[in-house]
Amino acid sequence: METPRSDSIHTNSAPAPHGGLQRYLTIYWALWRNSVVREMGFKTNFILWILVELLWFALQITFISVIYSHTDHIADWTKWQVVMLVAASHFIQQVFTALFLTNCVEISEYIRKGSLDFMLLLPINTRFIVSLRKVDLGGFINAASALAVMTYCARRLGIHPSAAQIAGFLLLCGSGLLVHYSLLFLLSCVSFWTVRAQGIVWGYYNLFNISRLPDAAFHGFFKALFTYALPMLLVANVPAKLLLSKLGSPFEMMLLLGLSFVCFFASESLWRFSLRHYTSASS
Amino acid sequence: MNKYWHVISVGIQNTLVYRMNFLFRSTFSLIPLFATISLWRAVYGEKLTELAGYTLPEMISYYLVLTVVDALTAVTEDDWQIASDIKDGNISQFLLKPIDYLSYRLCLYTAGRLVFTICAFVPVTLFIFGQREFFRLPPDVTTFLWFGLSLILTALLQFFISYTMALLAFWVLEVSTFIFILFAFEYIAGGHLFPIDILPPVVQKVLLFTPFPYQLFFPVKIYLGRVSGDALYGGLLIQFGWVIATYALARLVWNRGIRKYSAVGG
Repeated sequence: METPRSDSIHTNSAPAPHGGLQRYLTIYWALWRNSVVREMGFKTNFILWILVELLWFALQITFISVIYSHTDHIADWTKWQVVMLVAASHFIQQVFTALFLTNCVEISEYIRKGSLDFMLLLPINTRFIVSLRKVDLGGFINAASALAVMTYCARRLGIHPSAAQIAGFLLLCGSGLLVHYSLLFLLSCVSFWTVRAQGIVWGYYNLFNISRLPDAAFHGFFKALFTYALPMLLVANVPAKLLLSKLGSPFEMMLLLGLSFVCFFASESLWRFSLRHYTSASS
Repeated sequence: MNKYWHVISVGIQNTLVYRMNFLFRSTFSLIPLFATISLWRAVYGEKLTELAGYTLPEMISYYLVLTVVDALTAVTEDDWQIASDIKDGNISQFLLKPIDYLSYRLCLYTAGRLVFTICAFVPVTLFIFGQREFFRLPPDVTTFLWFGLSLILTALLQFFISYTMALLAFWVLEVSTFIFILFAFEYIAGGHLFPIDILPPVVQKVLLFTPFPYQLFFPVKIYLGRVSGDALYGGLLIQFGWVIATYALARLVWNRGIRKYSAVGG
């Protein structure tokens, strides 16, 4: 974990005991540098993982193409509109992977081995360091491939999103990201009480995969559950629909923005509650 | 033979530790299954009665049978365990004992599947009960017997392929990327995502010569009574051929790997 920057973190932290934004940015910059060094230690593996993600992305698009070789619409969605949705979902999921996934998965390891003790002692916000410690750079490259597919879709559909639409899209993607992060962080907190994390990771993959399907395909209880309780059907659908001019009213945008904050506060409450009940594993 | 029965029994006891994990896993995996079924309902909509030879109930029952076959045969932890056994030098002890590692692993796989099936039984049965109007039994007893035979071949094929992939750990440090790349092909060409007979006929013909459809799609197709006569016997023959071929490959790769093996930490 030793980096050339670690000294400067130390000197920076001394004069600002209350932890200003600048101090956190400096720390985060050091974490990035750390991650780059770590990734470059395993270059082949780094490239192979990007390949794996590209392959799975292509697979999803193939599935959509196969369906559309037999029909020309699913509810009111055409082929390239759905591909746009799949790509938007992939974009959000890959940025999420880059910033949060590894960290959230490792929380249960910190708890199981008792290394959370060490992080609690650091003079910074524990949730900050636990959530952002590692950056998975491959995720950004895969997110770029998703953007390329989205650009192609826009050309096929002949749409030219305005600057406002693109800004709105990015804002809504941010909300989607916050939803993904909060929910997985919430799930990871469960490992304060149970030991094994694999079940949680699997739960994550299965749930998040719903987000790339068009919301119009769902009805009744399932749709209500995954719109209001676990907003998987909003995360990618709302930003994609904004680009495609498919939103009838601003209601869904408001709902996604609102729910992303609700999810975040729910995860923060559970995190604090869990910490109060934390009894270290090793000592 | 006696010692392998012992391995199965130990394997069952060890995997029982994961029972909650298995229960979670099988329950969670029903959510995307339900989503896929909903997507197909939307594709059929009000007007479409048939798509590439599948009616909507047939399409849904395809996914239901697929879930059962997958629960019975999918390799879950075995490949990771084999790879880490090699990496950590744990296989040294098997080289010294009068026990064959492949048979040992096959016993553990059997034990693991047994425990998984028991754990998945309640959630999967409840799910199928919820969709019972679409679930069908095979058209007749003979079909069911052919299905059973094909299911066993599928399990063996799944195991031998995963075993061989895991043996790559003799040569490379990190096998997970290779496993995921192969898994992607199995996922699409094995019929996991959609029945492969909705693809263009040329693509289907080519795919039927690869091992992938026999890892999942073929037994499901038999169960649904969609293959009979020469196509059935020919298919089973190809499936059997792949089982033999992958078995031979597994043995060959093991023999090569063992020469490279340096017993790290052993």
